[in-house]
Amino acid sequence: MIATWQAPLSEGKSSEELLVSFDQGRDMRVLILPALFDEANKLRRLTIQLMHQLNSAGVDCFLPDLPGCNESLAPLNDRTLGSWQAAVIAAADQIKATHIFAIRAGALLAPVSLPGWSYAAQSGAKLLRGMIRARTIASREAGREEQSEQLMEIGRSKGLTLAGWTISAAMFRELEAAEPITTPSLTPVAQTDIPGAGLWLRAEPDHDAAQAEALASIIAAGAVGQAE
Amino acid sequence: MSTQPSAESAHQGTGDDAATTEDGPGPPMSRAALDAELKSIIADVLGIDADQADALGDDSGLFGHLPELDSMAVAGLLTEMEDRLDIVIEDDDVDGEMLETYGGLLTFAESKLSEI
Repeated sequence: MIATWQAPLSEGKSSEELLVSFDQGRDMRVLILPALFDEANKLRRLTIQLMHQLNSAGVDCFLPDLPGCNESLAPLNDRTLGSWQAAVIAAADQIKATHIFAIRAGALLAPVSLPGWSYAAQSGAKLLRGMIRARTIASREAGREEQSEQLMEIGRSKGLTLAGWTISAAMFRELEAAEPITTPSLTPVAQTDIPGAGLWLRAEPDHDAAQAEALASIIAAGAVGQAE
Repeated sequence: MSTQPSAESAHQGTGDDAATTEDGPGPPMSRAALDAELKSIIADVLGIDADQADALGDDSGLFGHLPELDSMAVAGLLTEMEDRLDIVIEDDDVDGEMLETYGGLLTFAESKLSEI
C-alpha cells in the first residue's frame, strides 16, 4: 500500500517520493492530484478514504507525494509549478495512469493528456489570497502590521513563507497566474454535487465518509462512460 | 484701504459632495437571510450542525475565543464570505472587533452589503 515513485528534479536529478497505492493491476488506474499546501492537510483523510472506496469499487488508485510536500525530503523552496507539472507527468507514466482525479488546486497540475475529474478546482490566485490573508491576520495578532499588496510584491520578487510553506519567487509568480486545467475530457465535480460542505473550510482537519463515498461513486460511474 | 484678500474666506464647509447611491444592482439581502447564510458559513468552518450554529448570538465569541479558529481558518472564513455574499473584504476591513464576536461579523457583513 505504501510504495515509492521517482520524481524528476532539475538537471536530470530525481528524488524518491512516497506513493500511497492500491494496485491490483485492474483496468482503471486513477492518479490522485492532491490539494496543495494547507488544504492538503485538511483534505488528507478525505483523500485516503476516497482511495479506499475506489479500491472497493474495483478501481486502482495512487496518491503521490509531490517533491517538497508531505514526507518528501526535497526542499520546497526549490520547486516551481512547472517542476510539479513535470513531476505529475512522470508519476502518471510510472503508474500507467488511465485517469486523474484532481483535488482543489491539484487541478493546476493536471496533465492535459489524461481524462478524469477535477473536484472543486481552485485557481492559484485564490490559493495565494487565502494564504496571504492568513499571514496578515496572524501578523496583526502578533502586533505587526503587514499589507497584502506589500507581501505580494515580496512574494513575486523574493519568495515568501506562508502558513509555514516556503514558496519561491518563481512558484509565487506562477501561482498568481495559474488557472485550473480544463479539457473536454476533464469533468468538473462541484462541492454541490456531493453532500456536505467542503472540508478545506474546516478550522480543524475533519473527515466525512459520505463525501468520500459520493466522490468514489462519481468516478466509478463515470469510468463506464469514459472507458473506451 | 485695506485691499488684502483674507485667507479666512476658505473656512466654510459645504460638505455635500458625497454622492449617495441608493439603488444597488440586486435586491438587498434581508438581515434574517444574511444571518442564516453567515451561520451556515460558520457551521461549515467549525464543523458544527445547524442547531448549534443557530444558537450563536451577538456576543458569541469567535476569533480569540475558539482555539481552533486560527488565522488560517479565519482566512478561509473570510474567503468563503466573499464567495457566498459576493463582497470583497480588504485588509483594512479586518480588525479585532469584527472578528471577535458573531455580532461583530454580522454587522460587518451588513455594512459591506449596503456598500454594493
